[in-house]
Amino acid sequence: MQLQCPMPKFDFDLITMGHGSGGLLTHKLLQSGVFEIFNNDLLNQQHDGASFELPGKLAFSTDSYVISPIFFPGGNIGELAINGTVNDLAMCGAQAKHMSLALIIEEGLPMADFWKILQSIKAAADSAKVKIVTGDTKVVEKGKGDQIFINTSGIGIIHPKANIHHNNIKTGDLIVISGKIATHGIAIMSVRKGLEFETTIESDTINLNHTVATLIHKFEDGIRFLRDPTRGGVASVLNEVTEMTRLGAYLNQSSLPIDEQVEGACEMLGLDPLYVANEGIFIAIVDPAIATDFLQVLQTDQNGKYAAIIGEITNEYAGKVVLKTRIGSKHIVHYLTGEQLPRIC
Amino acid sequence: MKYLTEYRNPELVQELAREIRRITTKPWTLMEICGGQTHSLVKNGLLDILPGNISMVHGPGCPVCVTSVSIIDEAVFLAGLPGVILCSYGDMLRVPGSSKSLLDAKSTGADVRILYSPLEAVQLAKENPGKQVVFFAVGFETTAPANALSVVQADQLQLDNYSILSSHVLVPPAMEAILSDENNTIDAFLAAGHVCTIMGIEEYYPIAEKYKCPVVITGFEPVDLLQGILMAVTQLENGQYRVDNQYARSVQPEGNIRAQHTIKTVFDKSDRIWRGIGNIPQSGYEVKDRFKKFNARQKFTINIPVAQENAACISGDIMKGLKKPKQCPNFGTLCKPEHPLGAPMVSSEGACAAYYHYQNADNSLA
Repeated sequence: MQLQCPMPKFDFDLITMGHGSGGLLTHKLLQSGVFEIFNNDLLNQQHDGASFELPGKLAFSTDSYVISPIFFPGGNIGELAINGTVNDLAMCGAQAKHMSLALIIEEGLPMADFWKILQSIKAAADSAKVKIVTGDTKVVEKGKGDQIFINTSGIGIIHPKANIHHNNIKTGDLIVISGKIATHGIAIMSVRKGLEFETTIESDTINLNHTVATLIHKFEDGIRFLRDPTRGGVASVLNEVTEMTRLGAYLNQSSLPIDEQVEGACEMLGLDPLYVANEGIFIAIVDPAIATDFLQVLQTDQNGKYAAIIGEITNEYAGKVVLKTRIGSKHIVHYLTGEQLPRIC
Repeated sequence: MKYLTEYRNPELVQELAREIRRITTKPWTLMEICGGQTHSLVKNGLLDILPGNISMVHGPGCPVCVTSVSIIDEAVFLAGLPGVILCSYGDMLRVPGSSKSLLDAKSTGADVRILYSPLEAVQLAKENPGKQVVFFAVGFETTAPANALSVVQADQLQLDNYSILSSHVLVPPAMEAILSDENNTIDAFLAAGHVCTIMGIEEYYPIAEKYKCPVVITGFEPVDLLQGILMAVTQLENGQYRVDNQYARSVQPEGNIRAQHTIKTVFDKSDRIWRGIGNIPQSGYEVKDRFKKFNARQKFTINIPVAQENAACISGDIMKGLKKPKQCPNFGTLCKPEHPLGAPMVSSEGACAAYYHYQNADNSLA
């Protein structure tokens, strides 16, 4: 994301405890920073909360962002905090409309970094066509946080034709992935202290709401289920699906789209890409009757160029996710246990 | 990926499997040394395409698995000392000690960091002169050169705040310990290709000769493993026992001389207790006296009670090839990756973890 406007003159180079005191420093930070950037009618009421009306059936979602490092190849914690919640709503079949933004800042965060993050939040919110309508800023002592934590909550309007629920999933449905897997997780790992390795891999964090809206508009309830495979990766989402539906998921390893560099990094670190976190992609489980058209439409979208059908729902392996390897053998794909840790040799 | 897809070629895999089936006339038991090989065999379903009279048993070549409980306890103790930053390869963090793992120690406030290279730990020591940085130097001959190099570097930088907790183990003494066990059933070994890339192949000649046991130095991809098995079975069927090199694209007979030199500069061979197996003479590396200021065991007073291994874990029998993971009464029930009884269930190269994570879809549902 590009910086869109220069940082205003603040009295301090770093965020201090005073900026969270609720006093003059907080006021100045909000007036010349937050309100200035996110400027919109609801926020400008400067009330304790935002009052508004929305039509139709609504979806409501919240997520907290504690990523380290806060700046990473392809993005930063700010845009991630917007895209993440926008995408969670999109997976419910909803277009995000209004969001809250809560910042927990560790004292000592450079004001310039704070400004960059706010700019990214603004750019991501504009791109998703969502308004930040209420928020909160707290500052915690050095050592009590990790530079900045962000929570966003969002309200969105569910598309009237959407009917997305795991109860709709049936045997024979096809599993579609909208893009290359494991990109975000490996981009983050490549810059994490102690694990740095040289690569041009960038996070694919992006809002998916417009893409999903186009698909729902066209395919309506042919789309049975949507989920973004963030933490825990593709494996975890599909395990949740099979657990909830008591059906099986049969995946084809050779159909899984993955960037060559990402695959190489996974090999090197000893990580299974099925468990690596994703950002800018989603899994769709769709009626086989629409699958080919669905894939075609998705592939013409900027966010779906590498979309692929990666497997199907079966009644053969009830409650299990099974991977057919490139060699032709089959094995069960379990839930991730704890954190994926790089291997020794 | 170049140099990987070729070795995962499904047609070649099937062709090698056919050839193994064609030449095998008797039952043979082969042990692959390395946990990476075990995982590749299980994950790729290769065990299912081998003829029924070939039994693969899984060796002790998982550094995480063989690290004794007492060494984990030492690491946990050091991590708990004020001002200590304990650095480790990621794999070691979940392994249970007597009372807790390094991950448990981290969650209760210890400064435990995951690094990919010990040289990062040296850098960390340089950047934090007020802290003591200890690197948990685990591994076989593969990680020994880099771990040794970290000591050489720390010495050159005259750092007073860097040390390593050596838990190094060596492959050839473990092979001898297995072959000389009275219950041994191993007919041939697949030796670990990456270990031989460092150490060369000479150490294996006397073992093949003394125990009349074929040794095939083997890689890690499906084609490598099946070719290694084919080479071993060919020897067995012909009554031969020599050292063959399947992994010639990486392994030179003399190994990596510079890496060996670095190891010899910093380490002496020492006795080592292996988890589940016990003491194997001259099967480990300890920091030479010349570098004792970089030896965490000499630098800190480590005061811990004698560790007890969990009696419910049969990891020793598994790593000696006497039992398979599914023969353990606690496999998948009391012992799971989220609450392991022993290291082979948590390590990314552990045999139990391989069986748990990659169990054959059809068999497990039968």
